[in-house]
Amino acid sequence: MSLKREIGFLLNGVETRATVPVDMSALAMLRDVLGLTGTKYACGEGECGACTVLVDGVSVCSCLQFAVDCEGRTVSTIEGVSREPLGAKLEQAFVDCGAVQCGFCTPGMVMQAKHFLEAHPHPTRDEIKRGIEGNLCRCTGYVKIVDAIEAASRGDR
Amino acid sequence: MRGSGGSTPAARALPGVHAVLTAADVPYQRPLGVGKDQLPLKGDKVRSLRDEIAAVAADTEEIAEAALKLIEVDYEDLPPLTDPADALKPGAPVIHGEKLPAPAPHDALKPGEPGDAEAHRHNVAMTFDYAQGDVAVGEAESDVVVDDWFRLHYVTHCCMGVSGVIAEFDRSGNLTLHSNTQVPFLHKREFAEILGMDPGRIRIIQPPIGGGFGSKLDIYPFEPICVFLAKATGRPVKLVFSREEEFIASPTRQPVLLRLRSGAKKDGTLTFRVCETLHDNGAYTSWGATTPFVMMQTISSLYRVPHCKYHTTAVYTNNPYAGSFRGYGNLQATFAVEQQIDELAEKLGIDPLEMRLKNAQDPGEVTPQGMHFKTCGLKECLTTAAEVSQFREKHRAALDARRVPSRYKRGVGMASMLHVGGGAKIYPSDGCGTILKIDDFAHVTLMTGASEIGQGSETVLAQLVCEELGIPMDAVTVVNNDTDITPWDVGVHASRTTFIGGNSAIGAARKAKAKILAAAAKATGVPDAELELRSGHIVRTANGEALTSLAKLLRSLHFSDKAELVMTTHYYEPPSKHQDKSFKGDVSAAYAWATQVVEVEVDTETGVVRLVKVTGAHDVGRVLNRLGIEGQIEGGIVMGQGYAITEDLIVENGVVRNPGFRDYKLVTAPEIPEMDVRFIETMDGEGPQGAKGVGEAPAICIAAATANAICNATGVRIRELPFTPEKVYRALHRAGAAASAAGD
Ligand code: FES
Ligand code: FES
Repeated sequence: MSLKREIGFLLNGVETRATVPVDMSALAMLRDVLGLTGTKYACGEGECGACTVLVDGVSVCSCLQFAVDCEGRTVSTIEGVSREPLGAKLEQAFVDCGAVQCGFCTPGMVMQAKHFLEAHPHPTRDEIKRGIEGNLCRCTGYVKIVDAIEAASRGDR
Repeated sequence: MRGSGGSTPAARALPGVHAVLTAADVPYQRPLGVGKDQLPLKGDKVRSLRDEIAAVAADTEEIAEAALKLIEVDYEDLPPLTDPADALKPGAPVIHGEKLPAPAPHDALKPGEPGDAEAHRHNVAMTFDYAQGDVAVGEAESDVVVDDWFRLHYVTHCCMGVSGVIAEFDRSGNLTLHSNTQVPFLHKREFAEILGMDPGRIRIIQPPIGGGFGSKLDIYPFEPICVFLAKATGRPVKLVFSREEEFIASPTRQPVLLRLRSGAKKDGTLTFRVCETLHDNGAYTSWGATTPFVMMQTISSLYRVPHCKYHTTAVYTNNPYAGSFRGYGNLQATFAVEQQIDELAEKLGIDPLEMRLKNAQDPGEVTPQGMHFKTCGLKECLTTAAEVSQFREKHRAALDARRVPSRYKRGVGMASMLHVGGGAKIYPSDGCGTILKIDDFAHVTLMTGASEIGQGSETVLAQLVCEELGIPMDAVTVVNNDTDITPWDVGVHASRTTFIGGNSAIGAARKAKAKILAAAAKATGVPDAELELRSGHIVRTANGEALTSLAKLLRSLHFSDKAELVMTTHYYEPPSKHQDKSFKGDVSAAYAWATQVVEVEVDTETGVVRLVKVTGAHDVGRVLNRLGIEGQIEGGIVMGQGYAITEDLIVENGVVRNPGFRDYKLVTAPEIPEMDVRFIETMDGEGPQGAKGVGEAPAICIAAATANAICNATGVRIRELPFTPEKVYRALHRAGAAASAAGD
């Protein structure tokens, strides 16, 4: 069996330790070791964005990052997103705008949107579309997701 | 390939492995699927690359994968049959030439003995024939006739949630399946057949799932295989696909080769259609093989057609097998029909909109196939979509601009669609059951047979109940995921859930309301006809005076001498009919219509087609939830865009060449067109509050309208999907070369 290592990091504001195989992805650690199943697997190769989390504030595909590379970093997932005002605003905007159908892409979309809005607080619709280009959604046709991110950026509900 | 299956001793010996199974280990397995033509675990003959031959249950995925590598298989390669036309040739190898065990009787408790199921002598899986009128008469009356081949490609569902199942037996031998099905009650029965079990001992729980789109209408071999493993190990067994496996081993949309011949009179009146299709079934038959039912409706009844003849042959090949997919054959049929409407119009010098309006049906019509259009908004869909999109002006402008050389060409195209909108009676029942209970605090639990697969049925059903009972949305809990609790329903298909599940929920709510108002009348002395339920209260209708709170009334009913609870049930069966043997009959309680206008920009130097704008006008009966219905339509439009332009599952020699999102291109956010969706509310008399089904409609017209738009922009008609840059570029240049040769 593969080599294991114990790592420590700040997960949604909480000091967390986990013992993980060195070849395990951050996505597998979150879901299977830590039980945080909000982050989704849909491709495992960085092509869909369903597994998006923020590492030190930057959006990454957790399926492409090794779990051990979380050592000493700050990791935010959908489970903790409403602890911050922008995250809470985004969550509410997704609900209000009807941006969720099956909901499978939603956690990744929200995390990506949070990262995007932090860097671009007043985006145009086209900029929003570019901002979520790496996140696939098979249900909504993206319109309501763009609506939600736009609404969150305006701060309206 | 033919061989001896797998040899497993080394795999079994690996520490952490709990079971290794091949077909030889499960002699009790029975065939699955509509054609009952495959066993979950294949034995000495495999027919496609996706076939399952051995299964491992182990403590971890890593151990299971290591064990798989230790299984030795010994198969001799046979030449693959991958072109459906070849499969029909005399002397072609017969893919299903062997007998399979007979399906188990429903009531079998123990594994039965293998029986004999008929072997095939050819590769034809299914045929369908339909006729109305006399096409020879129609052709004789025609002033113009067009006759073309259309080629429709492989695409696949790409639900964001991959397939998976958890199977577990309890100590009494009861089986619980956590399955991402969209038809739990039909699957309960089919699992019983495959496993030779009493259906009463099977419980299916459907957790929230990451999309369905028709893919979960079938049971796939991995599900019973997990049950075999659970049985062999005495432990719960979980299996989840990787995305690559999802691409390789889940179904596709039906690839179709279609020939359509149709005619019209000088004034634009349609005279006849003759349609012949060849469907590549793949190695096995799924529900998708019945898509010709839906295709023939479009051929016979999208616009008024007096004479029609339709024939489908679905053949076995060694390709991946096709399943059912949102629209269910209608995207393919509409692609051909709507292109020929434009061709006929062009030949006759009639405006495409006029041509369609001339042949569009009116409310009340019964088609020769027996469909009764009690409501029909087709003409309004046509005129609304045309007006909002400025179709006529843009169409004419594009024709004028064709003469002006320029790299980028714009064009518009329109297409309409007809689809069932009030269920589809293809099973013995098309109904849905509801159990409704209200507790002492006026909180409603709605137990419905209708499944939620991301389409929003939970919200709409709760909303319909709230409106009947005058309670807020948060006073309703919907339970919809457990066959041990919820009453029967035929499942999510045919755009039926809002219509059928909605009517069922309303029926249960109305019974509860009648009971509550009768009790309130007794308590208040006001006749029940003068009372209503509003904002959680019993209210006098005349002046809005709140007489008592609903919760209080319910408690007084409960804690009285008579001790009564408000609990009701309702089973709704739509007033539709089964088709007769010749496929005639009013199969749906309502029919949905739509017209979509697509505006494209074609880069004639690269062949890139950009969808600029889609304008849709949908006859949805009535809008129940605006956000929900807009979302369905926007999502459907983009799925249609993928079908038309970006998505292409490349299958070469039976092998899927692009099993990942890197090479199978889904539409991303920056590529979506501007969308303008209008609703035509025809208030269907049978629909819940007047609504009709809409789930499949929005995906159906896009490819057809895009083809017409490309033709409007460039003068070149492409009858093959998808409109990739290469295909469009080649078509434009072929046409250019032909034109200059003709000009020389
Ligand atoms: S699962 Fe990580 S990008 Fe798709
Ligand atoms: S809501 Fe289903 S994938 Fe986006």
